[in-house]
Amino acid sequence: MMEAVVVKNLVKTYGKEKTVAVDDVSFSVDKGELFGLIGPDGAGKTSIFRMLTTLLLPDSGSATVDGHDIVKDFRQIRSSVGYMPGKFSLYQDLTIEENLHFFATVFGTTIEENYHLIKDIYVQIEPFKNRRAGKLSGGMKQKLALCCALIHKPTTLFLDEPTTGVDPVSRKEFWEMLRRLKEENITILVSTPYMDEASLCDRIALVQGGKILSIDTPHGIVNSYPDALLAIKANEMYRLLKALKGYPGILNSYAFGEYAHATLRDAHTDTHALQVYLHEHGLTGVEVKEAEVTIEDSFIKLLH
Amino acid sequence: MRTLRFLLRKEFRQIFRDKAIVAMIFFMPMVQLILMPLAADYEVRNINLSVVDHDKSPYSQKLISKIVASGYFRLTGYNASFKEAFGLIESDKADLILEIPHDFERNLIREDHEKLFVAVNAINGTKASLGGSYLGNIIADFNADIRMQLVTPPRFSQFPVIDVVASNWFNPVLNYKVFIVPGILAILVTMVGGFLSALNIVREKEIGTIEQINVTPIRKHIFIIGKLVPFWVLANIVFTIGLLVARFVYGIIPVGSLLTLYAFISVYLLAVLGFGLLVSTFCDTQQQAMFIMFFFMMLFILLGGLFTSIDSMPEWAKLITRVNPVRYMIEVMRMVILKGSSFADILPHVGVVALMAVILNGWAILNYKKTN
Repeated sequence: MMEAVVVKNLVKTYGKEKTVAVDDVSFSVDKGELFGLIGPDGAGKTSIFRMLTTLLLPDSGSATVDGHDIVKDFRQIRSSVGYMPGKFSLYQDLTIEENLHFFATVFGTTIEENYHLIKDIYVQIEPFKNRRAGKLSGGMKQKLALCCALIHKPTTLFLDEPTTGVDPVSRKEFWEMLRRLKEENITILVSTPYMDEASLCDRIALVQGGKILSIDTPHGIVNSYPDALLAIKANEMYRLLKALKGYPGILNSYAFGEYAHATLRDAHTDTHALQVYLHEHGLTGVEVKEAEVTIEDSFIKLLH
Repeated sequence: MRTLRFLLRKEFRQIFRDKAIVAMIFFMPMVQLILMPLAADYEVRNINLSVVDHDKSPYSQKLISKIVASGYFRLTGYNASFKEAFGLIESDKADLILEIPHDFERNLIREDHEKLFVAVNAINGTKASLGGSYLGNIIADFNADIRMQLVTPPRFSQFPVIDVVASNWFNPVLNYKVFIVPGILAILVTMVGGFLSALNIVREKEIGTIEQINVTPIRKHIFIIGKLVPFWVLANIVFTIGLLVARFVYGIIPVGSLLTLYAFISVYLLAVLGFGLLVSTFCDTQQQAMFIMFFFMMLFILLGGLFTSIDSMPEWAKLITRVNPVRYMIEVMRMVILKGSSFADILPHVGVVALMAVILNGWAILNYKKTN
């Protein structure tokens, strides 16, 4: 299988203070793969995307997209990739149809030529095609932006936080659309701060502070979780967390929805002893069970 | 070229969808050209005059009616004493006091000379000095009339007299509007072109649309040309509307050829738009662009020779006006519209402005970075 994107030791710093945004990042993405950059805000995801789409020059290191160097061959890259910035950046005073038509023409193509690529998405916003883009809802804006990024049949698609600020239903639909695009053999790089979306990617890179902490399939990342994980519930979360901090057999604990997750020093720790300990601390309704490891747990583990 | 066509179509769509811009393009030149020249008039009229006539003779009456008949003065007081008249100056009802002494007529005929007293309220400097000199002229004229009637001129004048009679060319009756309207039109075109182009790229930066444009294969110079052309066309429309207003409201018909005028404005607009685009490549927000443009526009207009003559500026200021495109525009407007200069006459101006256009646009293209 050919590699669509190859990144080698990419470094980017900003300003006089040399704030490091991207710190010696290397990874590669196979052709037709759905690759996710997962990390909190400020992790450096956008900087990586902007360098790969030739909007930002790296300080050092190199990268290729479809075999084109991001510095030397920027022109080829610009005509072959699709980019959807995190901030909605289509013309708000043009209608849906005009925006789509404009971006098709500047790439020297027509809507008809690549209509099959956007059809599934476009039919959802087509009833509003004469509405100005600025008057659309968040979800519709995202769909339009995706259409515009796809209309020239890019080989690689860069989606920077496409689901931030979008309602859960639209988010789900959006990911379903990405799945379908994969079948068209388009390589997709997507960044997101939402851990639950990570499991929908083929492979993910966990990013933090400009560094890649781990790259693997979502399954692989979860499987390589080294510790035993418990989910604990009690009537009072705050006191529960405080009590867990004081328990010698627990490495780390944190709130996770209505439960608290705790990693154990020894996988064979007696959960009964823990329950007794929590009761002694005045907690009622205590429930202790083994938890299924999620990407978020892996991420938190890697941060410590 | 195909890309350029689509860029232009997009720009025009956006411009005509923005109602404020359309209104500005059509109403601004009309309103400004109709209001400004009528209000901003250098000629001082309606100077309030108070007369203290101690003589009350036919001659003093004649003098007063001559002054009032000039049209510059309005008699607001006819007082018995200077003190009374001074009260009018204090309450701002009079700008000037003319005091005619006792025996004005008798002394003038018998003694052959008499003195008049003129007091001027100098709080408004222009009004004071102009009013004073208008009044002086009228009195001198009055004096000459009387001499003519009373004295039989000797065969040869006892004193050699050089009488200077000036004839005004190109604007024979010194109509202020003829002088100011082409200048205001020049500034209008500059403002419309400069501001619209300066704000445009910055707006794309602010909204973020430039991000999407930068990842497309659109070439830098195509993008800049795509921004330049629509505003060039709009500014030409504004200019044409302005010429029509000048013609039908003020009756100003260019003496020179319209073709010469449009040839110059075509080159001139490239320079102005290039300047606006250059500013916009340096700025990140519309606010920044607006302030920078204001700064330069003020300089351009005040040092452009519209309100004050460049010839009377100090040397260093004259040097600055050489790099001021507005200066060349105002000069050419007056040359072609009033004087009827031909294209050959304005060729030096065209050359300078063309050079500015090349430098400013080239700089704007270089400074517009698709990659940071």
